[in-house]
Parts: sequence; C-alpha cells; structure tokens
Amino acid sequence: MTATDTARTTPARALTPDRRRRDVASTVFVSVLWACLLVAALFLFYVLITIVVSGVSRLDANLITQAPSTIRPATAGVQPAIVGTLLVVGVTALIALPLGIAAAIYLEEYADPRRWFNRAIELNVQNLAAVPSIIFGILVLAFVVRAPLNFGAVALSGSIALALLILPVVIIATRESLRAVPREIRDGSLAVGATRWQTVWRQLLPAAVPGIATGSILALSRAVGEAAPLILVGATTFITFTPDGLFSRYTVMPVQIFNFALQSREAFIPLTYAAILLLIVILLALNGTAIVLRNRFARRW
Amino acid sequence: MRRASAALVAVAASVTLVACGGGAQQQDGPGGEQVSGPVLIDGSSTVEPLSSAAAELYQGENPEVNVTVGTSGTGGGFQKFCNGETDISNASRPISDTERQQCEANGIAFQELQVANDALTVVVNPANTWANCLSVEQLRAMWAPDSQVKNWNQVDPSFPAEPLQLFGAGADSGTFDYFTDEIVGEEGASRTDYSPSENDNVTVQGVTGSPGALGYFGFSYFEENQQQLKALQVDGGNGCVAPSAQTVQDASYTPLGRPLFIYASDAGLAKPQVVSFLEFYLQRNDEIVQAAQFVPMTDQQKQDSTAKLDQLRQQAGG
Repeated sequence: MTATDTARTTPARALTPDRRRRDVASTVFVSVLWACLLVAALFLFYVLITIVVSGVSRLDANLITQAPSTIRPATAGVQPAIVGTLLVVGVTALIALPLGIAAAIYLEEYADPRRWFNRAIELNVQNLAAVPSIIFGILVLAFVVRAPLNFGAVALSGSIALALLILPVVIIATRESLRAVPREIRDGSLAVGATRWQTVWRQLLPAAVPGIATGSILALSRAVGEAAPLILVGATTFITFTPDGLFSRYTVMPVQIFNFALQSREAFIPLTYAAILLLIVILLALNGTAIVLRNRFARRW
Repeated sequence: MRRASAALVAVAASVTLVACGGGAQQQDGPGGEQVSGPVLIDGSSTVEPLSSAAAELYQGENPEVNVTVGTSGTGGGFQKFCNGETDISNASRPISDTERQQCEANGIAFQELQVANDALTVVVNPANTWANCLSVEQLRAMWAPDSQVKNWNQVDPSFPAEPLQLFGAGADSGTFDYFTDEIVGEEGASRTDYSPSENDNVTVQGVTGSPGALGYFGFSYFEENQQQLKALQVDGGNGCVAPSAQTVQDASYTPLGRPLFIYASDAGLAKPQVVSFLEFYLQRNDEIVQAAQFVPMTDQQKQDSTAKLDQLRQQAGG
C-alpha cells in the first residue's frame, strides 16, 4: 500500500516512430500479462464451476442444520463442523490478535534495532511466517495436547496451533501498517507533549487499523482453511454433537471435507462439493470484510 | 478513528461470540440405564465408516453419550491408544510387536475385537479383457520391491504387452501393511514406483482412467464403483476365488479376505459409557455392518469377540 501509489504509469503521448516501436513491445507485454491472467482465471473458474455443478444438489438446509452421517449421507450435513470452525477460529483470533499486535508495537515503536536480541526476534518472526503449518501442529501436540499442559485433543488445543501459525503474519502485517503512518503524525504528537503511550494508542493504532484489520482477517482466513495441523492435534473426523466449549471435542470444515472425500459411497460426492462450496463462501465473506474495512477506514495523508 | 477501533473489536468479537459456553460432562454410575460422557475412537480410516455407523446408531438411543471418531490411520491410532489418549482404536491389521510393547510400557491392557470382515479387492479397468484371475505369485511378481514388471505380458505371456500401471494404498495405512504382508510376504515391503494414495477414491479414479491399471482397496469401494471397475479373482493355491461377502465368510477368499478390528483398553472400560457402547457394537453388529455396507461376521467370530470383551471387562474389574 505504501510505495505503489507513486509508481503509477505515465499517460500515453503522441506517437513518434521510436515510440511506436516501443508501443508494439508494450502491447505484446500487456497481451502476455492478459494471457497469464486468463490462465489463472480459467483454472479458478473451472474449479469453481466444477464445485458448483457437483455440489448444487446438496446445497440445502440439511447441509447447515444436520450432523454428518455414515448411514444417511443423502441428508447429512456439516453443522458441528461449522460451529467448530467458528469456535476454533474465533478463539484463534482472541489469542493471536492481541499478542500479535502487541508484539508488533513493541518491535516497531519500542525495540532498539541495535540490540542483538531484538534483531534475533525480528529474524525469527520472519522465518516463522514461512514454516509449514504441520510443524505448529507437531509443536502443539507435544506441548499442549500432551504433557506438560495436557489439554487433550480439544478445541482450545486447535486454536493454540492456529494462533501460533498466524501470529507471525499478524505481527508482520501490523508492523507494515504502523510503518505506513507518516512520521509527521508521530513527531507532531510527541511535539505537543503526548507521551509515547498516548502517541501509540491515540494516533498510531487508530491510523493503522485498516491495515491491521486487513492483515488479520487474511491471516484468519488462512486459519479457516487449515486441515493438516488440526488433524495432528486431534480434530476428529466424525462427530455428531455441537462443540460446547473450549474443552470440547470438535471438528472443523476442512477436516470434515477431507473425511467426506475418503468415503466410498456415491452420496458423499455431492455432499463433499457442497461442503467445499460452503467453506469457500465463508472465506469469501471474510475476505470481503477485509476489503470493506480497508476501503472504509483507509485514509490518505 | 474511534469508530475504526470499534469496528476492529466488533469483527473479532462477532467471530468469537460462539466461543463462550461450558463443557461440563457428567457421568452416571455403572449399571445405570442412562450413560453419558465421551467415547474417544481413533485409528484406521478403513474401519472408520463402521465405527461411525455404530456411533450414530448408538447415539440415537443414548443421546447423552458423545462418540467421536478420528482417522489417524491404524498406526497413528495405536500410538494414541497406547498413550492412553483414546478409549478404542480402529485397526485394519493386528497390532504390531512394537505397538504392543508401547502399550505394555504404559500399563495399558487391551483386547482385539473383530467387528467385521473385508475383502481386499484387486481391481482392473473394465477395458482389461485379458486378466480375470491372478495367483498370489503373479501379484507378488508385480508388487515385490525388486519387481521389474512393466507390462502385462511379463506377468503372463498370454497377456498383451499393455503397460501396467499400479495404484495402491499409502505406506501409512493398515491396508498397505496387510496387502504387503500377505502378497509380498513381508509387511511394508513393496515396490515404490506405483501411485500411492491414502484416499481409496483416488485409486478408483486412477484405475478407471487407464486401461492397463491395477489397484487394490477394501470391498466397499469396489461395490460402490462396480460399473467402472472389474474385480479380479485371486488364486491363493486352491483355485480362483472372486471376492464376495460369502467367500470371505467361508474363508475361501484367501489370502486377501481380512478381519477388521477395534481394540478396547482396560482404561477405557473403566468408563460405563465405553462398556455400553462396546456391548452395543457387538450385540447389534449385523445392523451396524449392514448400515455401513461392510461384510458381516460369522456367528463364530461374533462369539469370539463377545468372549474377549467379557474377558477384558473382568480384567478391568467391571
């Protein structure tokens, strides 16, 4: 969001022969770009259309009101998985957002980059963002699900795994947003006698909200789609009751879809696609919220 | 700007509202009619539909009991089971010596209860008109770790020179362990240049898509896809036998007719709801097996399982 604004393309001018030759090159370049875009879009549309066509027969009320069933797949649903996903991702947000935003404020506003440990933390945060999600699953299995914390395979364990997974992303997004607040705002606030805390709380954070919100929601939508670490920390694949708290057994949408795809019966095929479609709708809703927030609260200086 | 912070909080809050609520679980005394509490099952994805069907039918009558079924695979299931994390483990092969030792080291006594039968079915593409029956030796020649077989005519000179494409279970599954043990002669020994998948539907697709393909999986996946697949007869030394419920039950479909198990621990049996569920699983076995479309047990097998459960209950002091 920062540097791109200044890098706008200059408008076309009258064509000299030299310019015309260059213009051919740019036309070719643009066509190549369009072709690339088209390939990507075609794949996406193909996938989406396949999902809709294969799943449309099961897009009914049963899908969101019924529990999964091995015996009657034709009327089964994913209700426990929907609640499970909202529960797990909600708690993930509660854990990861305060921690991530606080860590970012420290690193951006308080940490002295000349100190070796601050540099070490910074490097680690960057690295953690690229660690495969299954690693966080193993970590949580070893320390949270089993001794020392010994929570067992409950919703809270899943939330902790996802929170660790998205924490680096939240930290990096928040730091970027804080950095995008013009220096004058900081200096001005301090110059009129505000303390550092007041500057952060009253000026920087409110100004950075669009960026923080966008980054956080995108991170959470990654969490919504994760299956691997949750399978490891014990999201079950067959569950007929609604999870009722942090220490309840649970499942989430991707794990449920994974299980449906394994089943031998034909009636599971449309159910699998319908569940995938539902997951896509949830993700689109989250991403849509991110865009609305950004547009609504973005400000220019 | 205050509005902006409020919006951020509102988003976080709306997602997390669901998070509230208690997770209390009460348990009635043993022998009571209404049992409640959790029953934790994990393990083989092959057995999962059966245990899920059992759970579903059981919960219809005992709504206070929460049965959950995971699919960590037979091996992954045993790891959790022997660590005391689950009450019941689904298994598509018997427990291994290392797993047994791990259970013993953690002081977990268990019994193996057969709950159904399965015919590990060898399938080919319907366009394959040449092969109808393969001997165990021929299958071994295809699947052995040092196998050089690339075309069908290397299996039998009367077959055409069609390229052979192999599809099979992933190395983490009990199905893979069982197949390699029975066909190759050593558990886990298999050639590696085949298309492995933990998802049998992927194997179905693979075999459907190429005329020279051969794959193997549980009987229900063949039953559901009979139009697109052709099941081969298997000659285990006493002539060619086609996979079916009957040939598995009368033990003529050897060596690929296999028992499917659940493992119950003494620690699990200390919970009345687990006892109640296991009794239901065995007593109403025919109904459960039918609902999940598995191959039922013989009367003798049912009796054996019931006797083993009783034995374990006595061990557990219940």
